[in-house]
Amino acid sequence: MWSRLVWLGLRAPLGGRQGFTSKADPQGSGRITAQVIEHLERLALVDFGSCEAVARLEKAIAFADRLRAVDTDGVEPMESVLEDRCLYLRSDNVVEGNCADELLQNSHRVVEEYFVAPPGNISLAKLDEQEPFPHS
Amino acid sequence: MLGRTLQEVSAALKQGQITPTELCQKCLSLIKKTKFLNAYITVSEEVALKQAEESEKRYKNGQSLGDLDGIPVAVKDNFSTSGIETTCASNMLKGYIPPYNATVVQKLLDQGALLMGKTNLDEFAMGSGSTDGIFGPVKNPWSYSKQYREKRKQNPHSKNEDSDWLITGGSSGGSAAAVSAFTCYAALGSDTGGSTRNPAAHCGLVGFKPSYGLVSRHGLIPLVNSMDVPGILTRCVDDAAIVLGALAGPDPKDSTTVHDPINKPFMLPSLADVSKLCIGIPKEYLIPELSSEVRSLWSKAADLFKSEGAKVLEVSLPHTSYSIVCYHVLCTSEVASNMARFDGLQYGHRCDINVSTEAMYAATRREGFNDVVRGRILSGNFFLLKENYENYFVKAQKVRRLIANDFVNAFNSGVDVLLTPTTLSEAVPYLEFIKEDNRTRSAQDDIFTQAVNMAGLPAVSIPVALSNQGLPIGLQFIGRAFCDQQLLTVAKWFEKQVQFPVIQLQELMDDCSAVLENEKSASVSLKQ
Repeated sequence: MWSRLVWLGLRAPLGGRQGFTSKADPQGSGRITAQVIEHLERLALVDFGSCEAVARLEKAIAFADRLRAVDTDGVEPMESVLEDRCLYLRSDNVVEGNCADELLQNSHRVVEEYFVAPPGNISLAKLDEQEPFPHS
Repeated sequence: MLGRTLQEVSAALKQGQITPTELCQKCLSLIKKTKFLNAYITVSEEVALKQAEESEKRYKNGQSLGDLDGIPVAVKDNFSTSGIETTCASNMLKGYIPPYNATVVQKLLDQGALLMGKTNLDEFAMGSGSTDGIFGPVKNPWSYSKQYREKRKQNPHSKNEDSDWLITGGSSGGSAAAVSAFTCYAALGSDTGGSTRNPAAHCGLVGFKPSYGLVSRHGLIPLVNSMDVPGILTRCVDDAAIVLGALAGPDPKDSTTVHDPINKPFMLPSLADVSKLCIGIPKEYLIPELSSEVRSLWSKAADLFKSEGAKVLEVSLPHTSYSIVCYHVLCTSEVASNMARFDGLQYGHRCDINVSTEAMYAATRREGFNDVVRGRILSGNFFLLKENYENYFVKAQKVRRLIANDFVNAFNSGVDVLLTPTTLSEAVPYLEFIKEDNRTRSAQDDIFTQAVNMAGLPAVSIPVALSNQGLPIGLQFIGRAFCDQQLLTVAKWFEKQVQFPVIQLQELMDDCSAVLENEKSASVSLKQ
């Protein structure tokens, strides 16, 4: 129960702060608004769970901000250390498969050869309406 | 027999001095005795004994598969093993039994190695202490060594013996503890930011990180696809080379493995002299946080090379101070993407909520992941937001290129191998380690090791000497991309010079008939 109070307490001061700005603002980050929290939770489908987690994120962002000091003009981003090499593709022959039974074994909810999922077009409940979850 | 090197045991097996079954049983017995170390999550006793039986038949018929036939090995629990639970020390995968073997595991099995079990780690390999998994922390065998305990008795402030046990380092701590405590001859770890070299340094082992693209990542549950590599932990360099010889090579199931011809098998020549070698010492690695003991050993190692005729140069890797930040951004971003596969539908933990897919996924992930993992996922998602993508993720990718170029420049200036510390200090007590959170610790402990992952270079941590407290300290050698053989050759020469002492765990071995043979005396040329 107290976690819900924590959330309400958290949102009040955050709601009063400057909203999260676009990349045009050099000071940009460091302000985690309630909208950002909600947005991240929906994207990640992982919840913060506590104020400490939000504080940790803020510290992580502050840490990452140190990158601004590096001059990267004219530098191309590096995606892989093997960028100078060719990617090898396998020939298009079927060599394995037919393992439906093995794969189905690891799932908790299966019907015949289907993985069973709950209904899909219901968006995650907004913070306000969510059941307070136990503090992890 | 258990204290011997892989090479020696292999020879003993071939000569019939011992059978694979006897060896397997000795190791299993020792695993039971050392259970308090918490190195293993799953001990695959039946599997190992069956493999031992088959190996024995092969030896009887004179058809051994090679140097690894009948050799007990352990595998970190983030490698998929068919029919054997693979958990990544997380609730998310507790009870998950993969239907396939990771390529590296399959290669070991094809060579006849005996799989002793799956070792403990930090949850999803995120951490530098092997303390954050759901099965509990791993204890460093050196906490129970004669060398450490004798020094502690001399210390008037020493507290109760067991409450002050030391961490193994991470995240492949379980693998390191398993090899260090003689329960197996080699273990697989994974190395994304130093996760193999860090525990190797703390546990007095050789921890080898191959070049990115040399060893297949298929079956290694990914953390950071562009930096992960399977790592090898052994007690000496020759053993690591034997294992590497079995594992290296292109894999059609991993498109990031290179197809260049490699010299196989990895037989390491013995370097007669190092006068043609050029060793680079990166000056930016000399930071105030480095302990004086490690600094002194580093300097003595450089002097050793100099005195033997090698050229020792100071080099500069100017972007070193940004590498940990860059790693932090790239790692969390890739983690955010890689962890998205855990939704409870096809495998792994699944919660009871059935209202909607999103609610189910969210609750499953909340229940399945610990704070560390969730924190990284959320940070990663933040850096990948549209408004942050350029400023954080792409920026970090650019900085990555600068860091990789630093290394290229250093090697182009004539340097063959770089010599650096592996860790800031020796292993610390667990109670000390947990005073800071996971992210802070990782940022501190990975400082010397993770730039190597960003550049995809091979690196190896070699145990050098014992600290004043009787604990191992290791130094790191970094080589050019795909020059793994040259790197290991230099490391082998160095290992021979320093003669690192064998851990004395006599009390544990008392009942076993395996007394430590071939115990090297502590004739250390780099004495403190």
